[in-house]
Amino acid sequence: MSDDNLSALLLTFKLALIVTFLLLLLGTPIAWWLARTRSRLKGIIGAIVALPLVLPPSVMGFYLLLLMGPDGPIGLFTQALGMGTLPFTFAGLVVASVFYSLPFVVQPIQNAFEAMGDRPLEVAATLRAGPWDRFFSVAIPLAAPGFLTGGVLGFAHTVGEFGVVLMIGGNIPGETRVVSVQIYDYVEALEYGDAHLLSGLMLLFSFIVLLTLYSLDPGKRRTRR
Amino acid sequence: MSSGDLQANLALEFPGFELAVDLRLPGRGVTALFGHSGSGKTTLLRCLAGLERARGRVSINGEIWQDEKTFMPVHQRPLGYVFQEASLFPHLSVMANLQYGMRRVAATTLRVSLEQAIELLGIGHLLQRRPDRLSGGERQRVAIARALAVSPRVLCMDEPLAALDWARRQEILPFLERLHDELEIPLLYVTHAADEVARLADHLVVMDRGRALASGPLNETLARLDLPIQLGEEAGVVLQARIAERDQRWHLARAEFPGGSLWLRDSGHAIGDAVRLRVLARDVSLALTPQADSSILNRLAGEVDAVGEGEHPALRLVRVKVGDTVLISRITARSLAALGLAVGMPVWVQIKSAAMVE
Repeated sequence: MSDDNLSALLLTFKLALIVTFLLLLLGTPIAWWLARTRSRLKGIIGAIVALPLVLPPSVMGFYLLLLMGPDGPIGLFTQALGMGTLPFTFAGLVVASVFYSLPFVVQPIQNAFEAMGDRPLEVAATLRAGPWDRFFSVAIPLAAPGFLTGGVLGFAHTVGEFGVVLMIGGNIPGETRVVSVQIYDYVEALEYGDAHLLSGLMLLFSFIVLLTLYSLDPGKRRTRR
Repeated sequence: MSSGDLQANLALEFPGFELAVDLRLPGRGVTALFGHSGSGKTTLLRCLAGLERARGRVSINGEIWQDEKTFMPVHQRPLGYVFQEASLFPHLSVMANLQYGMRRVAATTLRVSLEQAIELLGIGHLLQRRPDRLSGGERQRVAIARALAVSPRVLCMDEPLAALDWARRQEILPFLERLHDELEIPLLYVTHAADEVARLADHLVVMDRGRALASGPLNETLARLDLPIQLGEEAGVVLQARIAERDQRWHLARAEFPGGSLWLRDSGHAIGDAVRLRVLARDVSLALTPQADSSILNRLAGEVDAVGEGEHPALRLVRVKVGDTVLISRITARSLAALGLAVGMPVWVQIKSAAMVE
């Protein structure tokens, strides 16, 4: 495999790993809040989180570009911190990907929290567990299948993104040129051999991810142990 | 019961429901919170535990759990709580479930050891299992042991048998009786089953539409004629009796109570054993003369103490004093008129059947 391909693959997986980690960190409190709140804001926040599901990636990319650009609020903030602006950097790609893959992580976790209901938490409270204790000792373990699904989906979705990457990241080798962009370049240049190789790998990867996801039955796994 | 008691003055409104109670409950024994579904008995228990945030005051043994200014969150209240469904943590083994609460309690305040809780509920053989490998009855026993293992100062049970079938209930009831006999702490027991009240309760609170219609010692409360309407077919009294004699030939036992005795089916209790007898109002009839030519074994001489309404216009409840004990008889209004029964009249009480419940 050529160095270009290898570097694109490595970059893609590095991006996906970092983004998945950040998404689990950020998505968990959002999912918890959405699952348990009675606030009227629930609808609005839920809709914002779900936006990337329906919005064309180019639209998202366009707005993120404006937000993170030299005159956008995020851009002004990062410049004030001395970080420069985020577009066309790996960090910018991470931020954009986090927004873009958010619903894929939040929704499975939120569903798991909702399915759990109040009862296990009430039981834990009567057994002397405080709020944080209840969250870590009961809510997280009971929602584990949701975390697994959310993590896998978030990872896979980040690996597969294209439009937002192109808008935000451009096409800088080793910095923002991920596999999907690389493939696009090969096809543009009519280098079908390399396009086949990378596309085949992506196909295989996606299939294995989905196969793993669909064959995981948390109920069954638990009783077998 | 000056300091060792539980006081609750609580108010809570839901759409279409209002809870308002002011109760003082004994600091020992089993208090049954009894009522139909929707009467607010579970809500009351949840408010006491802090699972619902009601306005008002809760104190136990002088320690304030909540008042106008303070609200102690659930996890700081020294209570044990058993829910209707066992609600074991599915991700933990039975042993880890038992230890969950215990590990979170300061060792110095532990008065019940894990071994005691396990022994009391008979679950020693289940410790390594996972909750989904237990029967419904076993699960509920583990849940009770788990609640006990935190050494609660009050044990709250919300219809712990309601989700179980008859056989499972019979499996658990003896364990609950052991708790009743061996625990030093008060037990608050929510139920809509009159037979559980008869079997377990020492103190009875009758709930209806968010109010406490009555609160008092079991016998006193059951003998009130303004309440049995709530109980309907289940109206009756519970007698504390002692086995005085056993008749080998007819397989009968004579249980003595203050003011008389009854012959019952011999259930194997030894002479001197304390038993509870449940005598339902529908199994008690009245006569003006002793009827020797009847199949009814138990006839007692008494005196009409009070007359009240039954659950149907045709029915009347007659309270009869037999020595120091009161019985309730359910008869028709027509019979009442035909016999000309009035308060103070001597009558013969005929008891068709009485069940030994403990």
